Amino acid sequence: MNVPAAWYLVLAAVLFGIGAFGLMTRRSALIMFMCVELMLNAVNLTFVTFARTLSDVGGQATVFFVMVVAAAEVTVGLGIVVAVFRRRSSTSVDELSELKG
Amino acid sequence: MSAPIVVPSIHYLTILSVIILFGASLFLVFLTALLRTKVTQVWATAVTCGASLAVLVVTFFQWRCIDKAGASTTVAHAIVLDGFSVVATGVIAISLLMASLVAHDWAVREGVRGAEYQILALAASAGAVLMAQANDLIVIFLGLEIMSLGLYVLVAFDRHRKTSAEAALKYFLLGGFASAIFIYGAALVYGATGTTNLTTISYFLASNVLLHPGLLYAGGALLIVGFAFKVAAVPFHMWSPDVYEGAPTPVTGFMASIVKVGAFAAFVRVVISALGTQMETWRPILWVLIVLTTVVGASLALIQRNAKRILAYSSINHAGFILLGVWAGTVRGVAGTLFYVMTYAPTVVATFAVVTLVGGMGDENHSIDAYRGLARRQPWLGASMAVLLLSQLGAPLTTGFYAKYSVLAAAIDVGGSPLALIALLSAAIAAFFYLRWAMALYSDEPVDAVRVAVPRATGVVIGLGVAMTLVFGVWPGPIATLAQHATLLFNP
Repeated sequence: MNVPAAWYLVLAAVLFGIGAFGLMTRRSALIMFMCVELMLNAVNLTFVTFARTLSDVGGQATVFFVMVVAAAEVTVGLGIVVAVFRRRSSTSVDELSELKG
Repeated sequence: MSAPIVVPSIHYLTILSVIILFGASLFLVFLTALLRTKVTQVWATAVTCGASLAVLVVTFFQWRCIDKAGASTTVAHAIVLDGFSVVATGVIAISLLMASLVAHDWAVREGVRGAEYQILALAASAGAVLMAQANDLIVIFLGLEIMSLGLYVLVAFDRHRKTSAEAALKYFLLGGFASAIFIYGAALVYGATGTTNLTTISYFLASNVLLHPGLLYAGGALLIVGFAFKVAAVPFHMWSPDVYEGAPTPVTGFMASIVKVGAFAAFVRVVISALGTQMETWRPILWVLIVLTTVVGASLALIQRNAKRILAYSSINHAGFILLGVWAGTVRGVAGTLFYVMTYAPTVVATFAVVTLVGGMGDENHSIDAYRGLARRQPWLGASMAVLLLSQLGAPLTTGFYAKYSVLAAAIDVGGSPLALIALLSAAIAAFFYLRWAMALYSDEPVDAVRVAVPRATGVVIGLGVAMTLVFGVWPGPIATLAQHATLLFNP
């Protein structure tokens, strides 16, 4: 079975959209965090698809960079979430209201 | 039947500044791991200062190299050595030097132990330098992430205040969002042009007519949105006041300077160098961004009572002005942008140095009322702050005046008079809160005023910032010439 490349691109765009929508609507820091990861993986899918259609290995190599960056973001992000959780016992961003104006 | 891996040739002088900064960071990490006791602040700061001075020496040799051999690329054309990147590197090194001295005194005052601040600051600066030197969308992304990841942790650095971790979480979530948008834009541009290399993109666009330019337009727009998040342009500025307020004050100053330099250097390269042939497509997007950024930044600053929030909105206003140079897209625009960040970076570090001092123990005292009568109690400190504020306002005889003039002139050159007028109007609104603040410095003293302690290193930084502001304000020739020369060497 041969799936056209455009479908992959559309799937990636939809995943990216779901991630962006989730980031803006969900209130738990952890879920928002997962949405960022979803967006980055949608980008990976886009890169791989273009690499395939362009017959260029550069796009596939890029995916590794993005994966490493995503992993590094997880490390730092979870550290910050833990730091916030220790103080408040909650990861809801609605309760983060010290800073406003 | 595996093809041999071709190792790209590397011109080590080009990447030496990144190596020094990152090497110094790793050196401190190993020192922390190997020593039984904590690394003292003095040693950590000394390493940072040494590294940033070494980078300044390297930029001198890089400049000479460019003078002789012209601009060049290395590491498979992913890193570029041109006047623009060298000058941006120098500015980042100076900002790092000044900010690390301020942070040193802050750490001593707050009893922070260990070398972690300097480790992260060095790594973040390495990322900013990488952004300034990048000639590939992926390298820009890597630089952006190295810089941002260091800054996320730095923002969360103050464990005594609740707001610090809160600011870090907000910055992290929105920063991650911005990075994802940026790299998605890079993916779409890659799909449209078949490459992520900026020079190749510009060649491809100059020699091909795209039948379906939608992909490129979407990609370019997403790249611009990603950058707009990083430089805090309205409507992507929501994180900036909260992060500026929550972060430890020396970190705010550091962040305000190096993020602006790194992000705008990469912004200029992407919009003008890679996507320059499509400039007419990007201009309307940038136009709206500039109008919103300058006006909203200046107006919202009026209703703030917290010094750090005021400076956050003021920096949003400045981002709008710097964008004017990008909007112009000419040689003069690039020179104006470069001149603006060159003069703005030391000014903002010095301003936040004063705010750090006035904030006092615990970094809490940031109401604008804390500045009442400061110049009467401590004439030197108060006068320094007044000069720094006037420079940000754009008063004549300070660097801020010539910086604003250079970007406005560049915009008017290409028919942007209405835009320049709106920006000027915003500067007039901004003048109101800068002057109100400067007047407060000279107002009558309140009764419960305490003397602000000025440690030596921070005093030197403030003096340096004020000296640069005044000397180059009266005599902008050398910096303007440097910015122009850097633009002439702009690659490609």
